[in-house]
Amino acid sequence: MKYMLLIYAASDQQPSCTVADWIAYEKEMRGAGVLVSGHSLADLVTATTVQVGPDGRRTVTDGPFAETREVLGGYNIIDVPDLDAALEWAAKCPGSRDGGAVVVRPIAEFDF
Amino acid sequence: MNVEQVFREERGRLLATLVKRFGDLDLAEEVASDAIEAALRHWPVDGVPDRPGAWLLTTARRKAVDRLRRDQVHAARLALLQVEVSRADAPVTGSLPDERLELFFTCAHPALPAEDRGALILRCLAGFTTPEVARAYLVPVATMQQRIVRAKKKIREARIPFRVPDPDELPERLPGVLQAVYSIFTEGYAAQRVDLADEAIRLARILRDLLPAEREVAGLLALMLLVHARRDARDELLEDQDRTLWDSDMITEGSALAELALTGGHGPYGVQAAINALHDEAPDFASTDWPQIVALYDVLLRLTPSPVIALNRAAAIAMRDGAAAGLALLDELADEPKLRDYHPYRAARADLLHRLGRPAEAAQAYREAIALAGTSSEQDFLRRRLTAVEERS
Repeated sequence: MKYMLLIYAASDQQPSCTVADWIAYEKEMRGAGVLVSGHSLADLVTATTVQVGPDGRRTVTDGPFAETREVLGGYNIIDVPDLDAALEWAAKCPGSRDGGAVVVRPIAEFDF
Repeated sequence: MNVEQVFREERGRLLATLVKRFGDLDLAEEVASDAIEAALRHWPVDGVPDRPGAWLLTTARRKAVDRLRRDQVHAARLALLQVEVSRADAPVTGSLPDERLELFFTCAHPALPAEDRGALILRCLAGFTTPEVARAYLVPVATMQQRIVRAKKKIREARIPFRVPDPDELPERLPGVLQAVYSIFTEGYAAQRVDLADEAIRLARILRDLLPAEREVAGLLALMLLVHARRDARDELLEDQDRTLWDSDMITEGSALAELALTGGHGPYGVQAAINALHDEAPDFASTDWPQIVALYDVLLRLTPSPVIALNRAAAIAMRDGAAAGLALLDELADEPKLRDYHPYRAARADLLHRLGRPAEAAQAYREAIALAGTSSEQDFLRRRLTAVEERS
């Protein structure tokens, strides 16, 4: 079963984890054979939002910016047997510390 | 044993085994109901079988396989189907497994909303129907239906597993299960439902059988027994209760369990049980072992710091060192946000002011408590105290 781990950083707190911690985390996930894909996202100031209205007109806006305290900074998709295993990997994520949070979302599966 | 008692005993166990086998709570619930319906038709005619549990499991398994044959999409998701088809016709032999512990941990999983965990346990392990669960939590049936459907959807779609946590995870996960069972008990008390409190005790007994080495399970069972022992006298404050109404068998059992719970370590349920054991064993209120109770509250406050426990500790200090000492501690707690609207805090202050011969202030504190009390029986009780103070002043 696949889960997406959405990694949120607290915008008002400096994380204490290092690049080495993230590399070790990714290595551990790869070693366990659970990592499907994962990326960190570029700084929030680079974000752009697109919406298409009912008339087909496209609106492009700069942002969104951090009105909220928590900013999505990256994600991992993992393939593990159940939620407990997914929560275990979420807890190991360096992003779950220092006021950050990891939201675990199961990937929907459809029968076609 | 009549048919209904058999079902009460067997339903949780049957459901747990089916969930474990098919990994699907909805399917397990449906076929458990099917099997029980079949039993209701057959047993009154043919008599209750020697091994009712095995009969129910065999029947439920056949029903599950029938359903899965009809619903191929569903079946495709359950890898176990082929195994089950080949086994479905074989009668269940040997001793029946007890997989209820797995179900307890699923129902009380931390990924589920705290307020739904007790409801799921009542439904899956106590055999309550949804309307019965709704009545237990004083919410409309439709609301409870929605909550249960949502919780089951999460169990299924997020794949919350049916498993007993490993020993190293247990300290983190067991308190959630105990809290859910205790919430059923306290809900029973708040709503004056003796049957709910009995049910919580029954569930704790099952847990105790399944986890005999866990002292906090013994502590929880002890605590509930020692509180429930006073049920027939509970309309009065502890100090005014007729102690001959207390259930001495429950006190004996609860005290022994409390001792066990505090052997070689301690947790919050064991300590609370010990406090209640001291109350239950005292011949009267005044000769209660207050120094020991204060010492236990000190331990409890370190384990689970909370203003409500600090309030209870202050009341015990008032008994040990006098009302003035207790009142000084209560006044230190005056700014606690959790106690501001908590009527027992006002009532405790009123009581101590009364004992200190300050009737006007006592009456005022009782009026504040009455305004904050949630139920009419609590208000009535406080009004009687107020009247007593006013008469004496």
